[in-house]
Amino acid sequence: MSGGRMERPFVEISGVAMRYGGVEGTLALQGCSLNVAKGEFIAVVGPSGCGKSTLMRLVTGLWPATAGHVVVSGTEVAGPLSIAGMAFQNPIMLPWRNILNNVMLPLEVVEPHRRLLSRERAKYEARARDLLALVGLAGFEKKFPWQLSGGMQQRASLCRALIHEPALLMLDEPFGALDVFTREDLWAVLQDVWIARRPTVILVTHDLREAAYLADRVLVMSARPGRIIAERKVDFPRPRSLETTYSPEFVALVHDLREYISAARKGEEIVHAE
Amino acid sequence: MPSEAVLRSDAIAGDNGMSPEALRRLEAMAAAARRRRRLQALLPWLVIIGMFAVWEAAVHAFNIPQFVLPAPSDIALSMVKWWAPLLDNSWQTLMTTLIGFGLAIVFGLLLGVAIGSSTLLYHGLYPLLIGFNSVPKVAVVPILVIWFGIGTVPAVITAFLISFFPIVVNVATGIATVEPELRDVLRALGARHTDIIRKVGLPRAMPYFFASLKISITVAFVGSIIAETVAANKGIGHLMILASSRFDVPLVFAGLMVTAVLGVAMYVVAVAIEDRTTGWATRGQNDQQHVKFGSA
Repeated sequence: MSGGRMERPFVEISGVAMRYGGVEGTLALQGCSLNVAKGEFIAVVGPSGCGKSTLMRLVTGLWPATAGHVVVSGTEVAGPLSIAGMAFQNPIMLPWRNILNNVMLPLEVVEPHRRLLSRERAKYEARARDLLALVGLAGFEKKFPWQLSGGMQQRASLCRALIHEPALLMLDEPFGALDVFTREDLWAVLQDVWIARRPTVILVTHDLREAAYLADRVLVMSARPGRIIAERKVDFPRPRSLETTYSPEFVALVHDLREYISAARKGEEIVHAE
Repeated sequence: MPSEAVLRSDAIAGDNGMSPEALRRLEAMAAAARRRRRLQALLPWLVIIGMFAVWEAAVHAFNIPQFVLPAPSDIALSMVKWWAPLLDNSWQTLMTTLIGFGLAIVFGLLLGVAIGSSTLLYHGLYPLLIGFNSVPKVAVVPILVIWFGIGTVPAVITAFLISFFPIVVNVATGIATVEPELRDVLRALGARHTDIIRKVGLPRAMPYFFASLKISITVAFVGSIIAETVAANKGIGHLMILASSRFDVPLVFAGLMVTAVLGVAMYVVAVAIEDRTTGWATRGQNDQQHVKFGSA
């Protein structure tokens, strides 16, 4: 596996296996290894049911791995990490809170914000408003989630994942339920956020164009039990635009990724990834 | 890529450039909605008045004797005649019911939260609760009388026992069915179990809780009146037993009417509180029309 060898990677996953439901259960991941450098944006793609979401849950410490090691920021993951922000395919906003309070939810949980929130509410609120403005939701702070479209809710969900300035951003098919146009808008939004703040991002997706547009590196997973079978560096200059996605190089890259996925679904080995 | 701002301002321009025909149609729709709402508000009263009218007519048409089924007018006369004891006893019933109901809210919420937030407690306590709830409360009253004597206490406890269960079940359901992803979002932030209950479980359980209050308050009346008919020296139930032993059937019915009115009144209070606190649960269905027409 390539990646920055100079310093220790921010996220190190080595030989991880995950089996659900006891000894006879489903083996979701096996021999899965990957590294992510600090500030890097990686995308994980793979056939459906290959354990991408499982990988997310292992990295954030929501579930313990059945074998192998997950090390984040130099320490072995033993429980939920508060340095991670998460967003899912479903925006899952709390319907009884307006957008601003939904976005500020992590601040009520994560230390040290939790302690400081009541004292420095104004400062935190300003931060939330800035973030909402960054994703194009200025003026919607007092609206309730159901008054917003799916795309807008997903923007808010992204803000919620970012509000506590997590060092690690975990995105599990965040744009999967959106229409193509909204999705492409949000790619640009996410890229802007990443360029502005440089969190380490692990994006799980089944949209190969999305992976190629957003990521520095795309990792391809095999069919279940999942492990990384190929990886591609993505060198297009940033900020990338929709125009980038129509360039021959981009199309060729997506095409290659598509071939890996086809091979993965058939269970073939890919020896030379790069 | 055209920016979103351009697209959006275009859409607004399209909205404002409404033709007179479109405006007229929109207004007609609004008027129809208003008529509908008026009818909705009026309908319960019309139904109640209609029921009394049919009742009155039937009693006179079929010559039903008063001790079988008194006409609404007889009941009204009886209410006027016996207003003082009716008021006195219904006040007693209202108080016992509200005390029992209040206890049911407190313990129902506590137990509901406990059961809803712990699978172990849930599985451990649920069968016992079902068992308790299956016991007919009339059968419990004599036991309560042995323990506490005749009077207010058995009525309060019966009201409590009967209205307790719906609250527990509903609150527990609301908390236990928090979406797993939502739980993950909070857990991934390092939230403790109590954080999840407080930030998500409890608010989420509130619509369930209020739904259960509407059931509970009406059955609480059933509980206290059952106890009063068996063993009390005060209350609407006691009054009805006295009246029936004197074959004063209009007074028995007057007691029933008062109970029904009290039940409806308490229900209305519960609904009003529900609307104020958990309006989000109906996803703003009520103001949706308002938003649509207001913004046009």
